[in-house]
Amino acid sequence: MPNDRQVKLRVLRQDGPGQKSYTQEFAAPWQPRMNVISVLMEIQKNPVTVAGEKVAPVVWESVCLEEVCGSCTMIVNGRVRQACSALVDHYAPNGETIAVAPMTKFPVVRDLVVDRSRMFEDLKRIHAWIALDGSHPLGPGPRQSQDNQEEAYPLSRCMTCGCCLEACPQVNAASAFIGPAAISQVRLFNLHPSGKMHASERLDAVMGEGGVEDCGKAQNCVEVCPKEIPLVDSIASVSRDATKQMLFGWLLK
Amino acid sequence: MASAKSLTRSETRKLRRVIVVGGGLAGLMTVIKLCEAGVAVDLFSLVPVKRSHSVCAQGGINASVDTKGEGDSPQVHLEETAYGGDFLANQPPIKGMCDAAPGIVFMLDRMGVPFNRTPEGLLDFRRFGGTLFHRTAFAGATTGQQLLYALDEQVRRWETVDAEDERGERVAGERMVRKHEFWDVIGLVTDDDGVCRGIVAQDLKTMAIQSFPGDAVCLATGGCGIVFGRSTNSVINTGTAASAAYQHGACYANGEFIQVHPTAIPGADKLRLISESVRGEGGRVWVPRDAREHRPGRDVPESGRDYFLEAKYPGYGNLVPRDIASRELFKKCFHESRGVYDVKSGKNENQVYLDVTHIPREVLHKKLAGVLEIYEKFVGEDPYTNPMRVFPAVHYSMGGLWVDFERSSNGSLVVGSPKNQATNIPGLYACGEVDYQYHGANRLGANSLLSCLWGGMIAGPAIASYRKSLKKSAWDMPSSLFERAEKREQKKFDAILAMNGPENPYALHDELARTMLVDCTIERHNPTLDRVIAKVEEIDARSRQVGVTDTATGKMNQGAQFVRHLRNMIVLARVIANGARARDESRGAHYKPEFTQRDDAHWLRTTLAFHQPGEGAAADAVRYVRSFDYSLLGQSTHVTDEVDVSLVRPRVRKYESAGAASGAAKGS
Repeated sequence: MPNDRQVKLRVLRQDGPGQKSYTQEFAAPWQPRMNVISVLMEIQKNPVTVAGEKVAPVVWESVCLEEVCGSCTMIVNGRVRQACSALVDHYAPNGETIAVAPMTKFPVVRDLVVDRSRMFEDLKRIHAWIALDGSHPLGPGPRQSQDNQEEAYPLSRCMTCGCCLEACPQVNAASAFIGPAAISQVRLFNLHPSGKMHASERLDAVMGEGGVEDCGKAQNCVEVCPKEIPLVDSIASVSRDATKQMLFGWLLK
Repeated sequence: MASAKSLTRSETRKLRRVIVVGGGLAGLMTVIKLCEAGVAVDLFSLVPVKRSHSVCAQGGINASVDTKGEGDSPQVHLEETAYGGDFLANQPPIKGMCDAAPGIVFMLDRMGVPFNRTPEGLLDFRRFGGTLFHRTAFAGATTGQQLLYALDEQVRRWETVDAEDERGERVAGERMVRKHEFWDVIGLVTDDDGVCRGIVAQDLKTMAIQSFPGDAVCLATGGCGIVFGRSTNSVINTGTAASAAYQHGACYANGEFIQVHPTAIPGADKLRLISESVRGEGGRVWVPRDAREHRPGRDVPESGRDYFLEAKYPGYGNLVPRDIASRELFKKCFHESRGVYDVKSGKNENQVYLDVTHIPREVLHKKLAGVLEIYEKFVGEDPYTNPMRVFPAVHYSMGGLWVDFERSSNGSLVVGSPKNQATNIPGLYACGEVDYQYHGANRLGANSLLSCLWGGMIAGPAIASYRKSLKKSAWDMPSSLFERAEKREQKKFDAILAMNGPENPYALHDELARTMLVDCTIERHNPTLDRVIAKVEEIDARSRQVGVTDTATGKMNQGAQFVRHLRNMIVLARVIANGARARDESRGAHYKPEFTQRDDAHWLRTTLAFHQPGEGAAADAVRYVRSFDYSLLGQSTHVTDEVDVSLVRPRVRKYESAGAASGAAKGS
């Protein structure tokens, strides 16, 4: 058993919002089934760089560690993903250095932690909810076909992790583009038998500046989505519905 | 008794809010019920609420809707829940929950949860442990995530709604819900009468400490699995807020009852759950008959497989309750050395097979994709064609903060009574995994999501009516009360920042966790527990000698925060270990080989623990009581450790024969 095997991690760090970033390298003893998070956990126990400097442990965000909460999203070897499912044996089978960095489309809080609150604000803007009459007993919900459920369920697995925004060239400091995640939620709620009743409100929210028409069709979003949500289909579907509403909406009012 | 003049505004015209801590299912449901009752809420969470641990629940939520025409009913659900919990839970709250369950699932359906459907467009239900009925509604194998999202969406909607006073006038600049995400709740504010008036919390982005008034506080902060280190729990489940409340005088009940889930994937950082729904859909547990079997699982023929759960429990088979399944798996691996043989290591590993390869791929994809995907991603092996390798892992805390209930004449709960979900600290409520109320000595699968929602559904109305009878609002208490609490917590945090001892807090946590995991879970021996308790005390002493790994101020500092969580985990470890040591019987998840029988004569009672702070150099201790008194809204209540078993008479659990868990079930 090669028990002297080390895992090397290069971390792009930043002490606080707006501060300069810098790189530090760490090494941790290899264990079976290690992922990037477990390497960071080992560094916490011994926060010393490979150069021998004792430093503050790396700060990161994580919760579930099974790729359902979206917390630990960061850039691993140049590609955005959840760090918990980034397996060391996959990235560094021969002791290669793994590079991690915070996402670039959100403001850095510290080290690998970024502030993704804009994504939750966007969910308010598009009314990403069913307009429930109340939580009191009102009997069963509307019947739904298996097909409808099978179309909605994958969309409903969006963790608001931000991978699609990170990969999208249209999401940047100079643009107001809302991004694929929120647009796909418009599709989800407009599919639901009661959600449909308020479809036009949601479409209105993604028309105009920063809306669905700002998509540049690079299709990066669907490439990086960890839950394989058909984001490009969602954008196309919402775009069609928005166009219909723009052309004929006044007739329906 | 005169109550406060306005229900919505303080005497200084401020909007009177209440505080909910925790944004998982229980917390969010409480928020929704409060908002519907016109009560504005400050919601605190360690993380954005959409990332709460509820996302990890996979299999489903129980409700006896009986869409399959099997004769299921809430009464059977109640009986099986009480039986599965080895009769340690008070039964009226279970009855309330089981009766409400179908309505709760319908509500979730109306909220847009994409539950799996039948061909007729109705909700589909599947089987889970401890029952023979199809009682579990599900959304693929990510039901917890889907339920959490539905509630998160409803709460987000309330974030956009303006608060109104009792005349229906908008209160300028105030919304019904204010979220405080990335905040750690570190202490309670209680007045001279011991009434809870708010909290002290820390902003994790700036480490600023601040107190907040609240007419009532509801803790919905989940379990404490991280006390055991690697578990199926999320890294935030340290039980820190519950521990802080306990140290402030809240009673902690049945702490020793920790559920170990039979099937999880071993890992370096976490033991990832493989849902019971996998067995509910037909998954089978086995080990090779030949202890030195060299072939990979998929190549072992039927004749070479020992389906040991099905053989021993023909009635419930692979769906025996979790405590029983975990013990059987443990026995196979530890005592009989029959775990899967690893050719490379030359050892029988602590692993058994969980096999779904006989189920059509299409069925697996529709019903279990979410969980099989986790196995594939983290193990790197295709579970559709290879039997999965799994082992038990710490999963759920049946014990937690003691909460009261008001029994109705028909043996259920009086919804709207301020006693429901109330802790012994007036004004402090608790619901969800953090309470001890619904699962007795062992929780049945798919009852946790239900108990979280039900807990929130009754905590909300309970708090709303508590507020109505409150003589003076927290918002009219002198500011010095809040300043004092803030200073107290600031001092504690400054002391942590100044710690420069030799111990690394993370390494110390590893040590605590290893002890608790190895010696205080599936099998508990008194001499070993004595050593566990000594070890907890040793770690407690050493925790006073840690060096904080990060001294940064004014910005996110996880190192200093962790020292606080560690200290709080040690306190809970002491409650768990001492409770286990004292209880000389076997009941549900608590199993002592020296006392294999359940002993109702001596131990059909709730363990009630109070914190006893050490004076001077003396260590903290746990004070166990048989009864206590607490006072709520001027009315004193005498609480004893007696369990209300008025609805289902206790009897010995026997899962060997079908229908044993419910008399009604047998007749169907």
